[in-house]
Amino acid sequence: MTEFSKLTIKEALKGLEKKEFSAVELTQQSIAAFKANSDLNTVICDNFEEALKEAQLSDEKRAKGEPLGSMESIPIGIKDLFATKGLQTTAASHILEGFKPEYESFVTAKLKKEGAINVAKLNLDQFAMGSANLTSYFGASINPWQGPNGEKLVPGGSSGGSSAAVAAGLVLAATGTDTGGSIRQPAAYTGIVGLKPTYGRCSRWGIIAYASSLDQAGPMTKNVEDAAIMLGAMAGHDKMDSTSAPYDVPDFTSFLNQDIRGMKIGIPKEYQIEGMNPEIKAEWEKGAALLKEQGAEIIDISLPHTEYALPTYYIIAPAEASANLARYDGVRYGLREEGDSLDDMYAKTRSKGFGEEVQKRILIGTYVLSAGFYDAYYIRAQKVRRLIKQDFEKAFEKVDAILTPTAPSSAFSVENAPKDPVTMYLNDIFTVPVNLAGLPAISIPSGLDSKGLPLGLQLIGKAFDEANLLKIAKAVENAANFTAIPHRLR
Amino acid sequence: MSLSKDEVKKIAFLSRIDVEEEKLEELSDSLSSILDWVEMLQKVNVDNIEPLASTVDFTQPLRKDEITDGGYQQKVLSNTQHAEDGYYTVPKVVE
Repeated sequence: MTEFSKLTIKEALKGLEKKEFSAVELTQQSIAAFKANSDLNTVICDNFEEALKEAQLSDEKRAKGEPLGSMESIPIGIKDLFATKGLQTTAASHILEGFKPEYESFVTAKLKKEGAINVAKLNLDQFAMGSANLTSYFGASINPWQGPNGEKLVPGGSSGGSSAAVAAGLVLAATGTDTGGSIRQPAAYTGIVGLKPTYGRCSRWGIIAYASSLDQAGPMTKNVEDAAIMLGAMAGHDKMDSTSAPYDVPDFTSFLNQDIRGMKIGIPKEYQIEGMNPEIKAEWEKGAALLKEQGAEIIDISLPHTEYALPTYYIIAPAEASANLARYDGVRYGLREEGDSLDDMYAKTRSKGFGEEVQKRILIGTYVLSAGFYDAYYIRAQKVRRLIKQDFEKAFEKVDAILTPTAPSSAFSVENAPKDPVTMYLNDIFTVPVNLAGLPAISIPSGLDSKGLPLGLQLIGKAFDEANLLKIAKAVENAANFTAIPHRLR
Repeated sequence: MSLSKDEVKKIAFLSRIDVEEEKLEELSDSLSSILDWVEMLQKVNVDNIEPLASTVDFTQPLRKDEITDGGYQQKVLSNTQHAEDGYYTVPKVVE
């Protein structure tokens, strides 16, 4: 058997079929790995006991020859932003500490139906707001990769517990959510694959909302094939989410390993930002060359409003967040701080229950939605959002996909994380435009920088064209042949 | 665009978040730096552009206006320690 830490979903499914190991054995290995790597702080709440019971049932199903799901017996981690019935769900916040949902999110319910086993609820930036997993109430999650002098690195964010856990081989895969890059950037920082599907591909029902017009769940896996398997197990129409797309979900795996000859890949000139890290630029050029070698046609394109995407995002996302997070008032669930009046109780509860970054974004959102500023900020940002979306629509008249770097750097150290908010926000410069336009995009690990840290390439696809996106991503993966393993596994 | 301490206080009240007096300065600096930065959107020509609230391009479904869910008071109340006789309790609102 391949070492557990290196096992992919596909390999595990084969091994299970051949009876090389059982679901219980896989789950036990996952639990042992979580325990041995507890210093990475990937877990907010474990589900070990329940996971073992589910694994037992899964083995019985297999033994009896009952129909099996597409991810039958596969131990996975769940970002602690998905409501899980009876299992603490916190969004990495104090205000939801101890909250046990009475229902299961659509995506986790679907994964369960497909046989996946939820081993643990994973760490994240508080309410998914952050790019380094440093805003979690439960402490920073740590990257299994290390700096050249053994520095502790961030695993990216907000899905940082998910990226760290998958990269360290604690689970075979994990769910993430992506509002401005929260699946793709942590995937790039940890050398794994992260896919943000088209807005509407996966139901948002039961996912704790950050910015509802941007939030989308997706898979974080060790390779592209696993991403295709897991997306199939997460996606689908849900009548409980009015923005869930009423479209069929294709078998994404059937598109892999197809010829990409003649496919047109766009290189947007505006992504060559001023002061771009030369290693990032070189990696990007390498990606284009790899695609060209396989017969793809590389085409220069323009996305003229790119530079406005980040400021647009930092109006729209906080605005939606301030409205979404109004529900945490201490009345019905979560933390309550006593106060002299109802208003006093609200204000004390929210002040104690929300972390600094969350409070900051609520304040910004409240400001840009307030009377007198609504048109100048919020409506203007929504107009620029349309221009950004139109840029992509025009580009996709000429190309099948767009290639960019995923992030402007490799993972940075926990100690030296930027203190200034705007510098921190720049981490999402290449990922945010995709969310504003509602498109699917994937990050694929492609190489190491001079510090020996993984870099990711981002491919952006047409709306609901994840099939072609995965096909091209697989071609990049094959050509890049990224085999480096994190320090933790050496 | 810079926010004064009083403006931050007002926004904090609207957001129902208590901000300690000594943190106001730092917070107004931090929020102002974000607002300064987003100011660059003023440069974009948005004449005759409609605001985009959602990228969803399929028709949002309609259904009959009828009760399809509910009837589980205990579940609804299961995450609070402040329930009495099937109601949530809050500080006194009317004197």
